[in-house]
Amino acid sequence: MTAEAQYAAVPITVTVNGVKHEAAVEPRTLLVYFLREHLNLTGTHVGCDTSQCGACTVHLNGRAVKSCTVLAVQANGAEVKTIEGLAEGDAFHPVQEGFREKHGLQCGYCTPGMIMTAVHLLETNSHPSEDDIKHALEGNICRCTGYINIVESIKWAAEKMRKPA
Amino acid sequence: MFPASFGYVAARSVAEALELMAKHGDDGKLLAGGHSLIPAMKLRLQSPRMLIDLGTVPGLRGVKEEAGQLVIGALTIHADVAASELVRKHLPGLSDAASVIGDLQVRNRGTIGGSVAHADPAADLPVILTALNASFVAQSPSGSRTLAVDDFFTDFYTTALNADEILTEIRVPIPPAATGTAYAKLPHPASGYVVVSAGALITRQASGSCAASRIAVGGLGSGPLRAVATELELQGKPLTPQIIAAAAAKAAEETDPVDDTYANADYKRHVAAVYARKAIEAAVERASRV
Repeated sequence: MTAEAQYAAVPITVTVNGVKHEAAVEPRTLLVYFLREHLNLTGTHVGCDTSQCGACTVHLNGRAVKSCTVLAVQANGAEVKTIEGLAEGDAFHPVQEGFREKHGLQCGYCTPGMIMTAVHLLETNSHPSEDDIKHALEGNICRCTGYINIVESIKWAAEKMRKPA
Repeated sequence: MFPASFGYVAARSVAEALELMAKHGDDGKLLAGGHSLIPAMKLRLQSPRMLIDLGTVPGLRGVKEEAGQLVIGALTIHADVAASELVRKHLPGLSDAASVIGDLQVRNRGTIGGSVAHADPAADLPVILTALNASFVAQSPSGSRTLAVDDFFTDFYTTALNADEILTEIRVPIPPAATGTAYAKLPHPASGYVVVSAGALITRQASGSCAASRIAVGGLGSGPLRAVATELELQGKPLTPQIIAAAAAKAAEETDPVDDTYANADYKRHVAAVYARKAIEAAVERASRV
């Protein structure tokens, strides 16, 4: 018997972007790999894999978390939202629009995580100052160093979200 | 990166978690938010064979006021400690510290109980909880006991908790009137962990003198240290900038920090005095407002 086989797979039910998924996962499966490899939701990226860079940020029960540092079994019964769940049909989320309008991405690798963190910020603070935005992005690293436009994108989105449609 | 293989069981109550700990012995490890444990497991610094998840135990989250204390459930995440109205009102120094841990995502997942039980020498909460004279409630199969903060952090990554105990509550006395609390931190620019930090609790007399204080510093040893020489220097004296600076200068006395690649021991002792001064000044300012 291999070392892996001696530990039972754990049944989990996770609602991802509104769709309920049932699966049996090895306990050491990280949430990010459950999303990417079991559900083929590859918009969530693995960057540093050490809880630093934030490329793997998703929402777990409405809060931005680093999915490389959450076990899939810990998400049992939870609601997860990924970058794929932000747009409503063809309509981008204002933060996605902001990143397009203000050129908030260069290579794009960090973008899904940046956007998920920004959405969490704007859901908890509709009038963030520039400092609030920078403080909220402390756990998201852009190795193109495109931070200025990322902050501008989030300011643009904040304004858009405040305006009645 | 993956952890080594392990088994997983979600506890539904503290009693069940205690039974599971007894059953699995040294193979078992408690999981709270996982923001110290999971990274350590991915690096294979820890390879427990069975994770016992406390995240599924109801009743271990939240902040309440009880008999002159704030009672904080061990599974309360840092973001909720930082934002708690009770904490902000009575213990703003604790809110300061909880709001500068790691980053937003880490604060959304990491827990106060996990952090203090892990006892990282570069963690924020042990320092402020020392200044605030917190105590820790631990449950075991034989009942529950309360440990004082001054006896709790015993070594690097080591606490006075026994192997058969679960930390369930952090209790912090609500300070008397005219008392201010504050926390000041020099973070490592890459990791965000403490290079040096200080927590302060200051009670002001009507005359403006220091009636009582507790000062703690972090980053200088295996855990938080009481800056007793600083406390003695403040006792009974007017809280002027000169007296605060002179007292803070003693904050790193008799400490023996280690040199590392970012900061050497002399530098750490120097900035400990600077951050002790910042924390004391902020606490005095708050004490003057309440």
